Amino acid sequence: MIVRVVMAGLLSLGVTVALGWAVLDRPAPVENLPDRVASAMPESGVEHPVTAVLLNFRSYDTLLEIAVLLLAVVVALALREAQPDRPEQMGLDNPLLRAVMAWLLPLILVVAGFLLWAGSYQPGGAFQAGSVLAAAGVLLRLAGGNLGWLDNAALLRAGLALGLLTFIGIGMVVMLPGVPFLTYPDAHAGTLILVIELTLTLSIGLTLLSLFRLNPPYADDPADARTQGAPKP
Amino acid sequence: MPWLDLFLGFTLCVTAGLALIARDMFRAVIMFIVFGLLMAVAWVRLQAPDIALAEAAIGAGLTGVLLLDTLGYLRRPFGSRVDNQDDRS
Repeated sequence: MIVRVVMAGLLSLGVTVALGWAVLDRPAPVENLPDRVASAMPESGVEHPVTAVLLNFRSYDTLLEIAVLLLAVVVALALREAQPDRPEQMGLDNPLLRAVMAWLLPLILVVAGFLLWAGSYQPGGAFQAGSVLAAAGVLLRLAGGNLGWLDNAALLRAGLALGLLTFIGIGMVVMLPGVPFLTYPDAHAGTLILVIELTLTLSIGLTLLSLFRLNPPYADDPADARTQGAPKP
Repeated sequence: MPWLDLFLGFTLCVTAGLALIARDMFRAVIMFIVFGLLMAVAWVRLQAPDIALAEAAIGAGLTGVLLLDTLGYLRRPFGSRVDNQDDRS
């Protein structure tokens, strides 16, 4: 026992020292990336460097990130299919909570819209706006709001895939003049990025909300659990 | 401001440790959320407001909610405890 503890301690110490050494001894950057970004900003279509990198200079990375998110929610959907079905009935039926929600929801939606819009010239963007949107959905669900329209499988899947499909679609349409994938024309870059970000926001919000919503339901009410085939001891 | 940064770093380490060693899962999740919020402040101090926004919204907010939800699910397994009832909490 003591030996194991000492071994673990030594190992942790070793990793810590190695990490510290790696941080202190990292090679100097060969290229001055911030300067390169700054010099390319005028042709990016947006004014915020982070958004420019995420959605223009390095948009391929973002595209794949969205694909990973979509993959995660597809797996969650598949896992959910394997669970016994039952009507959605989560949430606290609390009048006070519902009254607060009526005040909060519009505010949250405005914040999400602002973050999306602000992404072109200051911190913000599709991921942040999407997660705020998802937070609104989670709150609504916790407050017992009606999210039944998400049970419409075709609608849900279309919404989940909308962002990625738009991203790929725009990336391919700009290839028509003979430029590489995802190379936006300078004149329309700002508009295209905004369209992509808008659809990404919707899809990301829906994805995160679905990840929360798709976990298998558990019985809040034992009488209720009895009605749907609980395993007999 | 260096004192604030030192305090922030120290608190981050403490909350991370508490989240790891907590016996009570609920406490661990709460510590994780606190860690996420402090981390968002740390990102702001590191002049990375974009990451701070994402950390606060996803790291602390949504992940916290997901973890709490999972905890509730783990505590009351689906369909079990039906026949030896009367232990509703």
